[in-house]
Amino acid sequence: MTAASWLALVVVAACALAAARLLGAARAEALRRFLEPRGVRAGVAALLFFVLLALAAPLVSAYGPAAQLDITGLQSAPPSWRHLMGTDLLSRDVWTRITFGARVSLGIGVLATVVSVGLGALVGGAAGYFRGPTDAVLMRLVDVGLAVPRIFLVLAVLALGHPLGAASLALLIGCTGWFATSRLVRSEVLSLRERVFVEGARALGLRPWRILARHVLPGTGAVVIVAAALGVANAMLLEAGLSFLGVGVQPPVPSWGNMIADARDQLATAPWASLFPGLAITAVVVALHAVADGVRSALDPHAPLAS
Amino acid sequence: MAAWLLRRVGAALLTVLAVVTLVFFAIHLAPGTPFLPSGDRPLDPAVEAGLRARFGLDRPLGIQYARYLAALARGDLGESFAQQRPVGAALAQALPNTLVLAGSALAVDLVLGTLLGVLMAARAGRRPDRWLGAATLVVYALPTFWLGLVLLLAFGQWLHWLPVGGVTDPVLHDALGFGGRFVDRVRHLVLPALSLGLVGAAGTARFQRAAMLEALGQGFVRTARAGGLSERQVLGHALRNALLPSITLLGLALPFLLTGSVVVESVFSWPGMGKLAADAIQGRDYPVVLAATLVAAVLVVCGSLLADLLYAAADPRIRRESA
Repeated sequence: MTAASWLALVVVAACALAAARLLGAARAEALRRFLEPRGVRAGVAALLFFVLLALAAPLVSAYGPAAQLDITGLQSAPPSWRHLMGTDLLSRDVWTRITFGARVSLGIGVLATVVSVGLGALVGGAAGYFRGPTDAVLMRLVDVGLAVPRIFLVLAVLALGHPLGAASLALLIGCTGWFATSRLVRSEVLSLRERVFVEGARALGLRPWRILARHVLPGTGAVVIVAAALGVANAMLLEAGLSFLGVGVQPPVPSWGNMIADARDQLATAPWASLFPGLAITAVVVALHAVADGVRSALDPHAPLAS
Repeated sequence: MAAWLLRRVGAALLTVLAVVTLVFFAIHLAPGTPFLPSGDRPLDPAVEAGLRARFGLDRPLGIQYARYLAALARGDLGESFAQQRPVGAALAQALPNTLVLAGSALAVDLVLGTLLGVLMAARAGRRPDRWLGAATLVVYALPTFWLGLVLLLAFGQWLHWLPVGGVTDPVLHDALGFGGRFVDRVRHLVLPALSLGLVGAAGTARFQRAAMLEALGQGFVRTARAGGLSERQVLGHALRNALLPSITLLGLALPFLLTGSVVVESVFSWPGMGKLAADAIQGRDYPVVLAATLVAAVLVVCGSLLADLLYAAADPRIRRESA
């Protein structure tokens, strides 16, 4: 860490806090109510912090993510002012790898969730809106998908292949994660499709897909937002698990999961190299859960005491 | 009831068949080959062709699928490339270990989770609720394998209280008496079961708190209070109603535990199904991956069937609807 990277880190943290505060004072009533509980504000601030950290990775860290700084002198060095979170066995700076790993881990989480929530909304929307045989076929498919623990589905696809790049891995994780979302969206759509405005749209002669896309699916926004927040958390945990098993993100690209995997053999001698990436995953997942809880209780006036 | 049960079992069997189909084609259509050269020299094409013929991989995919199903109907799960023995034998060795681990984790999950959930609901909005709420939020977010590593570091490496891996002590176990062997097994089980169980318990506690609060808001609770029951008795009555939705959790817990077991078993060198599957990936041993996925799906389907049955047994309204 140099003086410039410390400064950049302070700026990033300040920006995250300021942005969260600004959002909390927004004019929109829904946004204000959502950000009212302290836990939700902290969650939003933490998410903003990690996103900014990922974007500003080269600024807030002083080294390259794969740079081996001094293989004899800096092997598994404990945390210090120069190396905020110590170094790993290959003398790489753990803090630097955390910040660049944030790009990979958050990126996979978000991309996978765009895929899974998109597929879930599409399938759930079609099943709920068209009902009949479409519904029956799609929902049986969902039953099948839900019957296999997600990691086994991913492992099955990886069983023969060469390890995937980060983007394909994200797509694969996304394709195995839409089953539960589609069920939620379907049940929302089943009730929305009976409403008068949908009948009106039908009476105007709009085509079914257009009604579904423009009038019905937007009504499921709340369910989808909650599912997306939890989806990012689950995708990140799955990526970490896969990388831990060695079939996820491949070295030397750092992800929080493969950092833990790389450092597990030095657990007793250099615990910092595996503890900090784990803390980073936990922090982001906690923040996402807090945000999901916040959305849920902001939209549900009967929600029991918000936690 | 009998007709309903028959329908459910039939649907479950169809689901499992569909899982086999899905996973079979996912594996075979994904790029890659099971046979890689060992060492630097490229694999002799004749050798590879021989291997393909030996395992029937030179046939069209449809034929391979039909043959796999036919073998499956006979209870034959194929042969493991890497272990050079029937997949069934490898699974039979691993499955009991996974069931012991998942069962213990499930017990931790449900018992601890329910206790904490009731405690939080009984003190809703006050200090114990807020602190436990924050604690469960954090624990629920922990990656299970990382929690495993941390527990390993704390109780295995630093404190030396518990062994760091395996099912039994490789040196001492055979020399111990019956009691000693049991204690040895339990000592090895504690850390992996806690890694899985604690994370699950945090989720269960949050769910149970909400269910309890909902039950406490109902009319019968007011009646019970008005009738002069103690708060403890009132909680007892509410709990019986709040437990009903958590039967669903039983069905949901299995996929979570099986997913978690894949990584946790690798952390603790626990020779179960998850470690078998993870190791098989390294060896491109896809018959093992396919079989492990199949067994996992059967366990999940059985779990949700069991949850449905328990639900029907516990709630007369559901029994009447489904009959």
